[in-house]
Amino acid sequence: MSEFLGDWNALLVLVIAGFLPNEVWRMLGLWLGGGVDEGSELLVWVRAVATAILAGVIAQILVFPPGALASVPDWLRYAAVAAGFAAFLVTRRSTLAGVACGELVMLAGKWWLG
Amino acid sequence: MRSVTSTVLTLVLFATYLGIGALAHDTHFSLGWVLASTALVWAGPAQIILISTLGSGATVVQAAIAVTVSAIRLFPMVVSVLPMLRSPRTKRRHLVLATHFIAVTLWVECFRLLPKVPRERRLAFTHGLGVGLCCVCLVATMLGYGLAASLPELFGAAILLLTPLAFLLSTARNCRQLADVLALVLGLALFPLAASLHTGVDILISGASAGTIAYGVHWWRQRE
Repeated sequence: MSEFLGDWNALLVLVIAGFLPNEVWRMLGLWLGGGVDEGSELLVWVRAVATAILAGVIAQILVFPPGALASVPDWLRYAAVAAGFAAFLVTRRSTLAGVACGELVMLAGKWWLG
Repeated sequence: MRSVTSTVLTLVLFATYLGIGALAHDTHFSLGWVLASTALVWAGPAQIILISTLGSGATVVQAAIAVTVSAIRLFPMVVSVLPMLRSPRTKRRHLVLATHFIAVTLWVECFRLLPKVPRERRLAFTHGLGVGLCCVCLVATMLGYGLAASLPELFGAAILLLTPLAFLLSTARNCRQLADVLALVLGLALFPLAASLHTGVDILISGASAGTIAYGVHWWRQRE
């Protein structure tokens, strides 16, 4: 069992640096969002901020790529996402087509670069 | 349960968690640790940040700060999903488990699927969706951990590209109003600007300002 889980320190780190930072925001949302009406103006703003923060996370991964993604040149990352978005629009909003097209462009680009 | 298998995002999640499992293996975390992180943290980007910062020798405090900033997005997500889940008889403690499951995928899928579900069944539906997705991810984490040694770099790059692509497209599909579209576009555009300030809370700055501008435009157009 100890080999499977590792030592208790590691689990404590997981709780402090992984579990709590996420759960705090969720429970704060549950606690403070309790009285908000569906379709209220406040919710339009909250949704806009959530969308924009998510857009920021997307941009962060593309602009400062983690791990193996850093081996893909900047222009190819942006081109792949642009191609994926174009495919998404052409196919009348098919997420599958967009994701597949973006990945293909990235793989083809890497293959072409050698 | 059928909703779990009917969405492309499940595939994306599966691949993402293959990547997280592999990443954890390469940074010498135990299998039990990474499985626990999938179940407890339940947010892909947060896990990638946690594993890579701890793996690169950062302190627990530094890792906790990085994860906390990335997790702020969960707050508005919870606030915007919960009103859809609630019926007049729902107590707050009934919502705790559903709240834990809320992350990008569930947020997007709730907006897409919940309107088709009768209100009194929505909470049970969300629990089912959350547990189903979580199981898929636990299996993927385990497979990724086991396969880590034999995965080529190109595969790793492809998996990491999945997250931004899928997040972007699924969010774009769910845009209901002008405010949502503007928030998405401005959020993408303002991030590089905010990042040049090197504050450490760049995403928060670009997100809050882009979201507020988008709402401002929405409010102004409604008045006309």
